[in-house]
Amino acid sequence: MTIQHAATTVAPSVRAEGINQGASSGTPMVSFEGVTKRFGGTGGQPAFTALDGIDFTVAHGAITGIIGRSGAGKSTLIRLVNGLEKPSSGKVIVDGTEVGGLPESGLRDLRRQIGMIFQHFNLLSSRTAYDNVALPLEIAGVDARTIKAKVGPLLDLVGLGDKARSYPSELSGGQKQRVGIARALATDPKLLLSDEATSALDPETTQSILELLKRINAELGLTVLLITHEMEVVKTIATDVAVIDKGLIVESGRVFDVYASPKHDTTRTLLASSLALPEWLRTGIKHSPSAGDRALVRLVFFGETAFQPLTGRLVAELGSDVNILAGGIEEIGGKPFGSLVVSYSADPAVIERANRFYAETGLSTEVLGYVS
Amino acid sequence: MSPDMLLNLLLKALGQTLQMVAAAGVIGSLIGLPIGIFLATSGRGELFPAPAINRIVGLIINAARSTPFIILVVAIIPFTRLITGTSIGTYAAIVPLTIATIPFFARLVEAAIREIDKGLIEAARAMGATPTQIVFKVLLAEARPSLMAALTMTLVSLIGYSAMVGAVGGGGLGDLGIRYGYQRFMPEMMLAVVVVLIVLVQLVQSAGDALARRFDKRNRKN
Repeated sequence: MTIQHAATTVAPSVRAEGINQGASSGTPMVSFEGVTKRFGGTGGQPAFTALDGIDFTVAHGAITGIIGRSGAGKSTLIRLVNGLEKPSSGKVIVDGTEVGGLPESGLRDLRRQIGMIFQHFNLLSSRTAYDNVALPLEIAGVDARTIKAKVGPLLDLVGLGDKARSYPSELSGGQKQRVGIARALATDPKLLLSDEATSALDPETTQSILELLKRINAELGLTVLLITHEMEVVKTIATDVAVIDKGLIVESGRVFDVYASPKHDTTRTLLASSLALPEWLRTGIKHSPSAGDRALVRLVFFGETAFQPLTGRLVAELGSDVNILAGGIEEIGGKPFGSLVVSYSADPAVIERANRFYAETGLSTEVLGYVS
Repeated sequence: MSPDMLLNLLLKALGQTLQMVAAAGVIGSLIGLPIGIFLATSGRGELFPAPAINRIVGLIINAARSTPFIILVVAIIPFTRLITGTSIGTYAAIVPLTIATIPFFARLVEAAIREIDKGLIEAARAMGATPTQIVFKVLLAEARPSLMAALTMTLVSLIGYSAMVGAVGGGGLGDLGIRYGYQRFMPEMMLAVVVVLIVLVQLVQSAGDALARRFDKRNRKN
């Protein structure tokens, strides 16, 4: 209840904006046009190319995740949006304004419309939670009375109404990030940048922070651009995803589509950790079958196949020989996505019947190996 | 010498020491602070990039710091006379003490500011802060406990330095110890001077530590 109240009183302007310029609106919130970024290259040293021709857009109102391994260039990419880094060539356009063309003062005005949260929170240890949230407002020259009227509801919004007078050292990691989020929202931004915001948090806290971001996105209509190395994060909250590798966007699209049928090796590698086999299953696995072995197969259900009783039919097709070993159903980009690891006889006749069944039903499968 | 005379001499010398340390400490820190901030923020790619000037100021500071204090005292006598109109006495002694304090404190301030997590500067920049706002709202605020510790260390060093300005008639406890305790062979005077100095340093250190602790919110327990 307090949350909704806060949402309407804190940032009515942002909220209205969010509705008017929904994801369907024509111009993107952020667009990268042929952006490259090189570091160094002075004094005879070879330059390091962090970004190598990025073309990419972030839609209004979307939660877009950029995922990549460390060193892939994602930190650089997100810092180009608020001008903390300057592109070596190409354009970064935020809501119609080219960031590179702004003078310092214009850049500062733009930054006040873009909130940012960080992996290590970056809160001032000398300020209480309240004063940390007040900082961006002080910087913007907002008067004390307005600051007072804004900070309280923001702390309520992130669920820290009772921690206003606590110093960061008295708060847990999750609470610190909540302060960070409240601080990022203080100047009613239209865009929130998240730099590995959950990477220093435990899984449970990560979920609660992601839920909070999702809620803020929905209630304030705030566009969110986040970078992460964890597929889990993208899977949980993002609507759109871009996979970055060696300074290039190698794959992008709706999260569900990318997750369901990854096209690039990097995407598959990143997905693999989220679809990992249980330890006990992984140890006895062989690459080729010998007589009497069983095939270990992963069935992936998504889209059409998620809604059909295919497991039952597979059992019927192969006889009662099918053994379910691991699996789960998750929600990705708001749609169900199931993964089931089964084993059945590696007898060629059985394998053939199974493959025919997969072909008929359109079920995605992957042979993981063989076990005895 | 009667205990009364001894006490009088001691009190007078303590007064001179306090006067010199306080004056040089205040003036030296006020000048050293902005220099320290400049040193910490004017490197390449920092808030106020001026790498060339940064290097020159750094060199001057190093030169000043490597000059033995007693040589500094006599070397700047013309400058001292220009400022105070005389080259001897307690007031005159404040000039070399101040000159010695500036680079000492500036380097400590520089270290205190460099210690601050770069992430805080980045966060402030991302909020749209100007470099000046970053200095006042982030750097100085966050460095307060370290700055307090730096000030304490500076005052303690100054108490030590002030013992040497007897060379230009500055007076003070150190001078009293040398002239009476050593040259007139009065071990009780020497002992008294040493005890008073120990107590003085102890008081300064404790007060400084207490203040630094009060400013420090980094390790507060629930």
